[in-house]
Amino acid sequence: MKLQRIGAVIYARSLEFIRDRSALSWSLVMPIVMVLGLAFIFSGDGQPLFKVGVIAENLAAEAKPNPSLHPFLATKHIDFYSLPPEQQAIAIKKVGRHQVDMLLDLRAGQMHYWVNTESPKGYFLELLLTASKGHQLTQAIVKGEQIRYVDWVIPGILGMNMMFSCLWGVGYVIVRYRKNGYLKRLNATPLTATEFLLGQIVSRMVLVVGVSVLVFTLTNLFMQFVMEGSYLDLLVVLILGTFTLITLGLLVASRVRSEELSDGLLNLLTWPMMLLSGVWFSMEGTNPIMQWLSQLSPLTHTLTAARAIMLDGASLWQVTPHLFVLLVMSVVFLAIGAWGFRWTTD
Amino acid sequence: MNIQTPILEVRHLHKHYPKIKAVDGIDFSVPTGICFGLLGPNGAGKTTTIEMMEGIIRPSSGEILYKGEPMGPRFKNEVGIQFQSTALQDFLTVREHLNFFSRLYPKNMSVDELIEICSLQAYLDRDARKLSGGQRQRMLLAIALVNDPEIVFLDEPTTGLDPQARLNFWELINRIKARNKTVLLTTHYMEEAYKLCEQIAIMDHGKIIAQGSPNQLLAEHFQDVIIELPASDFPVAAQTLPHRRLEKVTPMIEISTRDVNATLAELLQAGASLAGLQVRPRSLEDLFLELTGKGLRP
Repeated sequence: MKLQRIGAVIYARSLEFIRDRSALSWSLVMPIVMVLGLAFIFSGDGQPLFKVGVIAENLAAEAKPNPSLHPFLATKHIDFYSLPPEQQAIAIKKVGRHQVDMLLDLRAGQMHYWVNTESPKGYFLELLLTASKGHQLTQAIVKGEQIRYVDWVIPGILGMNMMFSCLWGVGYVIVRYRKNGYLKRLNATPLTATEFLLGQIVSRMVLVVGVSVLVFTLTNLFMQFVMEGSYLDLLVVLILGTFTLITLGLLVASRVRSEELSDGLLNLLTWPMMLLSGVWFSMEGTNPIMQWLSQLSPLTHTLTAARAIMLDGASLWQVTPHLFVLLVMSVVFLAIGAWGFRWTTD
Repeated sequence: MNIQTPILEVRHLHKHYPKIKAVDGIDFSVPTGICFGLLGPNGAGKTTTIEMMEGIIRPSSGEILYKGEPMGPRFKNEVGIQFQSTALQDFLTVREHLNFFSRLYPKNMSVDELIEICSLQAYLDRDARKLSGGQRQRMLLAIALVNDPEIVFLDEPTTGLDPQARLNFWELINRIKARNKTVLLTTHYMEEAYKLCEQIAIMDHGKIIAQGSPNQLLAEHFQDVIIELPASDFPVAAQTLPHRRLEKVTPMIEISTRDVNATLAELLQAGASLAGLQVRPRSLEDLFLELTGKGLRP
């Protein structure tokens, strides 16, 4: 393997991408417009209900908390939902981030409530709770920065942009190269398939990671996204997620001969991934089959790990399971893609 | 390498596809330092043959020897290839394409030298997509030469070029030959093959049907010359000229003869006007049509 040859492929492919102004501006402008648009759309907070999590004994996960547990639960226009005790820590964090307005622990010997006193909704709920009859609960105050929808969705938008850029920018482009005979021309040189594929991977990695970092930095200037974890950890997730998506693109492109077929295959991959990977909405509470299917998508693991770092302050170690899945997927996609790679359409 | 060893040798080469025998057992050799022409009608198997020799297509059976040995890893470093149609990356200039391909090889001809040989000075920094047909072929030839190859494969390099661009390309091929490089050329243009090639092989239906130098093949197949006369000047009485082969090639009548003087005398006797008469020797095109027929190929 010759580094000079890989470098030549990286340079030539990067020049091609950067000079294709329509493609470059699309990959930069599209996510910025989406972030700003969504921030504007959801700036009014379109959720009319108060949301209160309830932990109680013998309360099934999907059961509605019964007012017999506490008279406060009979209050109208409040969405009370049950939580298993093991999710208490996560729920407290959500109270801190304004994602849940209040948390009640109605188990015998506990009888606490958690509220974020900086949250207007929390303030009103606390007034209602203390005015209600029944057992008085002890207050626990949670502090935290509000999580807006845009904070939650920014990894999704960047992830979607990455997905399109990796799958189409690698998968579709290689099929085009094969169909128009450019791969055949390269095959007549000493360039090996491994060198060519490495060149494609590195060039796309640099471009996608660069564009994602640029878009995040620019939008962060005026949106100030919540960042509980480390930017470096987030970068590691971004790089690994990009790598996995590129290898998936290579897998599609390994021997497909027609642009039409690759177009269909890429659509077949991207649409379910966009819907099932938690790009726009959380997969929590969806059908178990959907949740299982979502685990097959590399984008799910990238976004879950990114959100855990950004919103929950998770470390790389805490998101290791997701990183491991991404790594395994990359190895499998790359091995099959490289093994099946064909230079020509013959 | 022995000086007598051909640079390329093809032995019992076959390429079979499910419903077609594209190449059906051919043998020939390409001596070092010459221009070798592979001719044949559409679908004769020329491109399949040349692509097997380039190492792009795997033969069904048979053997291809490079400098007397099976093609090894060094083969790709020592050959230059210009395909019949080649796409390149978009948005790159001529100079960038040359630099890119140069970096793929361990040994290079300098870019300045390539520019000089292929006359690329005027449009070096132009986007390669904006070149004319002739300019593009010159750039592709320069790319085929970036590694200073010992043998250059040119697959129909002048197809679609105007006469000026074609003449210019012939000049480039002569410059390459002057550097003692071997050229393997496929072409549909018999004049091109005659002017450039020291040896030719004519293929049809996957087989080689004639092989040798153009003049040697012409001498083997023809002892006659052609007298051409406008059909309007050709009298009815002359249609029965003894021992002459007549052919109408609108708007001319072609008369094949070994004795020009006798035929001219017979024509005058029959009342033909000789004002528009031309006498020409047999050409490679005549040989090609003689061997492969005049029927239209699918």
